[in-house]
Amino acid sequence: MLQSYVPILILLVLATGFALISILLATFIGPRHPNTRKLSPYESGMTPIGPAMRRYPVRFYLVAVLFILFDIEIIFFFPWALIFRQLGFFGLVEIMVFILILLVGYAYVWKKGALDWE
Amino acid sequence: MNLPDYNFTALTPALILSLWAILILLVDLLFGERIQRWLSWLTVAGLLVTGASALSLWNVRAEGFSGMVVLDNFAIVVTVIAMIAGILAVLLSSDYLVDRDLFRPEYFALMLFSITGILLLASGRNLIMLFLGLELLSIPLYVLTGFARPDVQSEEAAMKYFLLGALASSFLVYGIALTYGATGSTDLLKIRDALQNVQVITSTLTLGGLILILVGFGFKVAAVPFHMWTPDVYQGAPTPITAYMSVGAKAGGFAALLRIMYVAFPQIASYWTGALVLLAIATLVVGNLLAIQQSSLKRLLAYSSIAHAGYILVGLAAGNNRGVAGALFYLLAYAFTNLGAFGIMIALSKKGEEADSIESYAGLSSRQPWLALAMTVFMLSLTGVPLTAGLVGKIFVFSAAAEAGLWTLLIVAVLTSVISAFYYLRLVVLMYMRDPINDFGTQVHLTPGVRTALALAVIGTVLLGIIPGNLIDFTNQTLAITTQTLVALVH
Repeated sequence: MLQSYVPILILLVLATGFALISILLATFIGPRHPNTRKLSPYESGMTPIGPAMRRYPVRFYLVAVLFILFDIEIIFFFPWALIFRQLGFFGLVEIMVFILILLVGYAYVWKKGALDWE
Repeated sequence: MNLPDYNFTALTPALILSLWAILILLVDLLFGERIQRWLSWLTVAGLLVTGASALSLWNVRAEGFSGMVVLDNFAIVVTVIAMIAGILAVLLSSDYLVDRDLFRPEYFALMLFSITGILLLASGRNLIMLFLGLELLSIPLYVLTGFARPDVQSEEAAMKYFLLGALASSFLVYGIALTYGATGSTDLLKIRDALQNVQVITSTLTLGGLILILVGFGFKVAAVPFHMWTPDVYQGAPTPITAYMSVGAKAGGFAALLRIMYVAFPQIASYWTGALVLLAIATLVVGNLLAIQQSSLKRLLAYSSIAHAGYILVGLAAGNNRGVAGALFYLLAYAFTNLGAFGIMIALSKKGEEADSIESYAGLSSRQPWLALAMTVFMLSLTGVPLTAGLVGKIFVFSAAAEAGLWTLLIVAVLTSVISAFYYLRLVVLMYMRDPINDFGTQVHLTPGVRTALALAVIGTVLLGIIPGNLIDFTNQTLAITTQTLVALVH
């Protein structure tokens, strides 16, 4: 049973070896002429205007979490939409209950001011 | 098209409770601050309705959602324990929160969601369902632990609890994955069937899965060596939450452990009995010894809660009928007693002046005779003195261990309960035989909520202690039906 993993092992060895050899070769035989322009984070792009690790408002986090929440809940509609004819009235009631619970959550988020930016 | 067999009866209590939590959020949205005073009573009403709905299904044994959930008597007993813990904690909460400007209606909704998690843990018969229940129990608890924001201690406790809890959950998921790999199913009954095969039993996957599942739940119930978070989290969390957590999380964790061990893994009982005996001994010794040197009452009760997890583990390790009944009875007794002890703390605390130092309880009997008397009852019950619930619980689990022939464990358990008498009774001695050192306890305002909770806790502790004869019969009879489903599979 373990034999079937042999190809994966060979691939792992090959991939690691290839990466190591490329890096080592470049270190030994590649030319090196460093200057300030070459050492900047984006050699051929924008000039950096400040450090990347800056503080930003935590409100982004809240918006992101709310987005993920409602976004993923939408995913539950797709399987239902595919077979809603077969599910019939029962399926309709179930999805209504689901939407109702979502709506309560939405109303809650709205009323509590989680969507206000200012 | 065939729908899977949904059977809402099996989920009735959990459904009612989660809908009630949504209802509380809605009531808050619609009425705002006008109903603040009534919110805790509305929550208590929800818990009562849920408890009644569970009790009305006694002996019904409903199974639903392709065997994902099953509402048997075992689940109902755990539900009732969760309701008691919930009701007492909610009654203790309201004025505590108002007093400290922490009152937010989400508190009660979160609490109900967390209790719903206990219900799912009690009635889940599939590892996935049990994991879901555990998360539903834990996530609101993380939030509630940090509810005293911007109090730094509370925030730290929440962060600690969240990080370590997430780690423990990942252990559990890994355990579930290994078990699935070994047996090909997450359904507890199918796991049991798969374990009829000798090859599966001796497989490393099975053992690894079992161990990791034990670790995951061991964390939740605060068993040594997974107990490190307990003192800090208990101390940092708002006191009513500590009270609820000490009983609720234990009830949920032990309910799930009992069902997993007795239903899914009876074939390899010889393995997990050994593991549970070791866990129980470590928990009993560490919990009781560390409790001795505490000067903070909250930390003392935290270590005492670790120690009591050890006594419940004794019942689990026994692996027989009496062990299941004992563990459940112990949880019931512990719910009344421990919430009562925390209740006294809450009654004596004021904003910025928590009744946390053990020394400050000196001479309390002269200032607050009734509170001192109630505290004495709770301390005696935690020790396990006759005429209290604690003793009956201990007799129950100890006799289960004797029946199973676990003599070493039994000796350790008895010796450590003697040790525990030292630190519990020290508080009683302080209250009755010393003179007060400051003005602690001179101004105490008992609100109706706290009064009701304390009265219920005292009545529960004493009643369970003085009518054990009838109760043991009752418990034995009722649990016979329950344990048929659980324990009959062991032998």
